[in-house]
Amino acid sequence: MQFELVSPERRLASMDAASVQIPGTDGDMTVMTDHAPTITTLRPGMLRVEAGGTTHEYVVTGGFAEIGANGVSVLAERAVAKSDMTQDQMDAMFDDAQDAYNRAKEIRATEPGLVDDAAKLLADMVAVGSEVGLSSKQPNL
Amino acid sequence: MPNLKDLKNRIASVKSTRKITKAMQMVAAAKLRRAQEAAEQSRPYSERFLTVMAGLASSVGGSDSAPKLLSGTGSDHVHLLIVMTSERGLCGGFNTNIAKLARQRAQDLIAGGKKVKILTVGKKGRDQMKRDYADMFVGHVDMSDVKRMSYADAQGVAKDVLARFDAEEFDVATIFFSRFQNVVTQIPTAQQIIPFEVPEGYEAPDTLYDYEPDEEAVLADLLPRAIATSIFAALLENGASEQGARMSAMDNATRNAGDMIEKLTIEYNRSRQAVITNELIEIISGAEAL
Repeated sequence: MQFELVSPERRLASMDAASVQIPGTDGDMTVMTDHAPTITTLRPGMLRVEAGGTTHEYVVTGGFAEIGANGVSVLAERAVAKSDMTQDQMDAMFDDAQDAYNRAKEIRATEPGLVDDAAKLLADMVAVGSEVGLSSKQPNL
Repeated sequence: MPNLKDLKNRIASVKSTRKITKAMQMVAAAKLRRAQEAAEQSRPYSERFLTVMAGLASSVGGSDSAPKLLSGTGSDHVHLLIVMTSERGLCGGFNTNIAKLARQRAQDLIAGGKKVKILTVGKKGRDQMKRDYADMFVGHVDMSDVKRMSYADAQGVAKDVLARFDAEEFDVATIFFSRFQNVVTQIPTAQQIIPFEVPEGYEAPDTLYDYEPDEEAVLADLLPRAIATSIFAALLENGASEQGARMSAMDNATRNAGDMIEKLTIEYNRSRQAVITNELIEIISGAEAL
C-alpha cells in the first residue's frame, strides 16, 4: 500500500507501507490494504507508519488524510518526524493552538461547540507534547 | 564635438552599469531556479487538496447549509482586492502589469456601483495602488523580511483575510498575482478565493468516500485551509514570476549597455582620429608657411 505524507511546502515521505495509524478527529484509525475509501480530518497527534519492519513516527497537525484505492495520502499543514521535533517547534505548534482557542473564545462566544473544539485542539497539543517527550506550555483555558 | 575625456568617462560608467545588470541577472537566475523548485514541491499538496475540495464542493456546495466561504454571503456588494506584488523593483513590467489588472478591475467594479476595498501584499503594489485608491486601503502585508516564502507567511495573509470575512467586511475576495509561464512570459491573473471556487481542471474524483466526522464538518475544516493553500500557491507563482521578469529585464539592460558601449567606442575612436588629423594639418600647414 502506497503511503504519502505531504506538507504545503514539500513531500515529506513516500513509501510502501504495511499499515498506517492516523490521528483522526474522531479517533485514531489504522489503515491497511483494501481499507474503504475515507477522508478524515486530523487532530494534532502522532502518525505511525509501519514499513518494512520499522515504524516511522511523525507529529502532524491540521489537514486531512485521504484513503483511496491505491493508498493513503496524509496532507498535513505541519508535519515533523518525531526524532526531528524540537522544543521550538513544539512551542510554535502549541502557540498556534492557544491562539486558535483564544480567538474562538473571543468571536464565537455564542457558539460553544466551536470553543469546545478549539479547547480539544489545545488538549491534543499537550498530549502530543508528552508523547514526544517534550514539555509543552501550560494551556490557558 | 564631445571631448575625448568625457567620452572616455561615459564609456567607463556604462561599462560599470553593465557589470551591475549582468550580476543582477545572474542572481535572478539562481533565485528563479530556487523559486521554481519551491513551486514544484508545493504542487503535490495543492493538487490533492483541490481534488478533494472539488469532490466536496460538488456534493455539499448546492445545499442551503453550505458554509458561507463556499456559497458566499448572498450579496456581492463589497469586493476585497488582494494585490500581491514584489518588495523590490527593477523587474521590468512585473509589478506594473499586476497593478494595471487590479486597477482595471477596481474601475469596473466602481463603475458597476460596487464598493471596493484593497489589501496589498508587497511594497511595490502598495505604492502603485495608493496613488489612485488611497481611500480604499484596508491593509498591507509586509513581506520585506521574508527570505524564503513559507506556508506560514501565506497562513498569515489568509488569517487576516478570514478575520475580515468573519467581521463581514466584504462579500467577495479576489487575489491578483502573476502566473509564471516561462522566463519571458508572466501572465497577470485574477483569481476569486472567497466564495471559494475550485480552479478549472480539478474534477471531482469517481471514488465514493466515507467522510469522518461528516461531509459538512470536513468541508468546514478544509475551506479556510483551501484559501491559505490558494494564497500560498499564488505567492509562489509570484516569486518565480518576479525573478523571471527581473532576469529578462536585466538581460535586456545588459544587452543595451553593450550596444551603447559599442556606439560610444566608435564615436570615441572617430573623435580621436579627428584630433590626430587636426594636429597633423596644423603641423603640415605650419611647416609649409615657413
